[in-house]
Amino acid sequence: MHAQWNDRESLMHPASAPDYMREEQLRTLQLQRLRAITKHAYDNQRLFRERMDERGVKPEDVRSLEDIRKLPFTQKTDLRDTYPYGLFAVPMNEVVRLHASSGTTGKPIVVAYTDEDIEVWKEVMVRTFACAGLHSGDIIQNAYGYGLFTGGLGAHYGAEALGATVIPISGGNSERQIMVMRDFGTTAICATPSYFLHLIEYAEKMGIDWDEIPLRAGVFGAEPWTDEMREYIEGKTGIKAYDIYGLSEIIGPGVGMACEKQHGLHIFEDHFMIEIVDPVTDEAMPDGEEGELIITTLSKKAMPVMRYRTHDITSVIAGKCECGRTIRRINRIARRSDDMFIIRGVNIFPSQIEAALLKVEETQPHYQIVLSSHGGMDQMEVQVEVSAKTFTDTVRGVEAVHKQLSDAIAHILGIRVKLTLVEPNTIERSMGKAKRVIDNRTK
Amino acid sequence: MKLKQLSVFLENKPGRLRELCALLAENQINIITLSLADTEQFGILRLIVKDYDKAKTLLESNGFVAKLTEVIAVELDDQPGGLSEILSIEEASGISVEYMYAFVIKSGEKAVLLFRFDDMDKAVAALQQANLPILDSVELYQRAEG
Repeated sequence: MHAQWNDRESLMHPASAPDYMREEQLRTLQLQRLRAITKHAYDNQRLFRERMDERGVKPEDVRSLEDIRKLPFTQKTDLRDTYPYGLFAVPMNEVVRLHASSGTTGKPIVVAYTDEDIEVWKEVMVRTFACAGLHSGDIIQNAYGYGLFTGGLGAHYGAEALGATVIPISGGNSERQIMVMRDFGTTAICATPSYFLHLIEYAEKMGIDWDEIPLRAGVFGAEPWTDEMREYIEGKTGIKAYDIYGLSEIIGPGVGMACEKQHGLHIFEDHFMIEIVDPVTDEAMPDGEEGELIITTLSKKAMPVMRYRTHDITSVIAGKCECGRTIRRINRIARRSDDMFIIRGVNIFPSQIEAALLKVEETQPHYQIVLSSHGGMDQMEVQVEVSAKTFTDTVRGVEAVHKQLSDAIAHILGIRVKLTLVEPNTIERSMGKAKRVIDNRTK
Repeated sequence: MKLKQLSVFLENKPGRLRELCALLAENQINIITLSLADTEQFGILRLIVKDYDKAKTLLESNGFVAKLTEVIAVELDDQPGGLSEILSIEEASGISVEYMYAFVIKSGEKAVLLFRFDDMDKAVAALQQANLPILDSVELYQRAEG
């Protein structure tokens, strides 16, 4: 029997070749593409052209990669203000697909793809799955929602292009998810991390042991999560949990992906150019220092997005990855510059609360943060569900758990906040992105 | 000699205890006795029911956290000095009470005390040595049903 090019982990899928490109070659390719996309956007996107003209910058002024700093930023509001088609840079007959992201307020934002864009998307998703050690022969259960959300179709097309078997189950119906996982022999699953946590709980309820399921990898993304949560998932299920990064504005899933070394996420730099800037001063941050991630699409034709402000806070990891890929890595995105809230003068991110709760052994991460105002002061309450494991039948026992959780949060935040233990299943479960913060503050 | 008790976590919010009782009633589960420990934030309801496994499954499938724990039941004449005697015996053996509750059985002359001690096995031994009547589950349910 002949080995197929992609039927073993040790054999690289040809689409992954750019992941191993020589650095100078990669930077040359990036510059070539940056110049071309700047010209394409300038010629075909009115908003971008107007902003360039205001600054007196011409596409020809981009002579080096550093010159990207001369270009204007794109904000999420720009996509909203030009709703629905204002940023399209090709005639409508070249657009083969539209997706839209559920805007938290008002109108969604619409994104477009040409045939060529779809091919690029497939390619980066193949490279994404390859990072997780997946290949032809794997059975991938795609629990990302199908539809306008980019997660479902993005992962679907990528998994097919990889040569894997796709189960297009979409999100929801947990009992069926688990039954399919076991009966169809699913080896990898794509889902939001919070939904997968829900599945872990559900399997427990159904009395299903993870040993009965051949699952070995999870591709989890579409919301920030933490390393502690990864360890929890891996410990509970015995699978490897990989962090995938992407956003609809840029392409959807497949902008970046963790590899088996589990140290940061590789960015597919030949298609997405990254910068890290200080979110306040816009100054470029050196490797290793945190700032806001800025992404420029280097090859997207239907809707190029130049210097997009992601509001995701991360840093570039200096040095080469042990996996051999030469494309750079960023640290796991655990927070967003706009998730932050301030309580008693302290900047707080939901991810910090999550990390604290997970540090306390045996606590399942079902929690919710409720913000309210009392007498002009913002108050915060963390509600944590009691589980069969943490419940002891004495008042002293329950109070000890309460204290442990409360101390862990105080330790991370430096301030003490109200913590309430609530009955199980009282916090709403999410099928997609988890809603961790309930904001009842008077605006 | 130890009995099964069902402990349930309750959030301190209006109607929660009633909901739990209604659920047991609908399923024909009779509460022999109970105690409620409450703090500002939460409560722990401890129940003695005959069909504790069924009750536990029922409560869990309705979103409660329930746990089976062990207690000791001692039957005494309903007159002064009974509890004091038991506590002296346990104290002499270096055992402490974690919590306790009591009920008077239907015939009226006897009382049953339910205890959770920090060392349950040692507590049973001490009571047996003092010849105090410890009830097993069959005896307890008989007394309760009168």
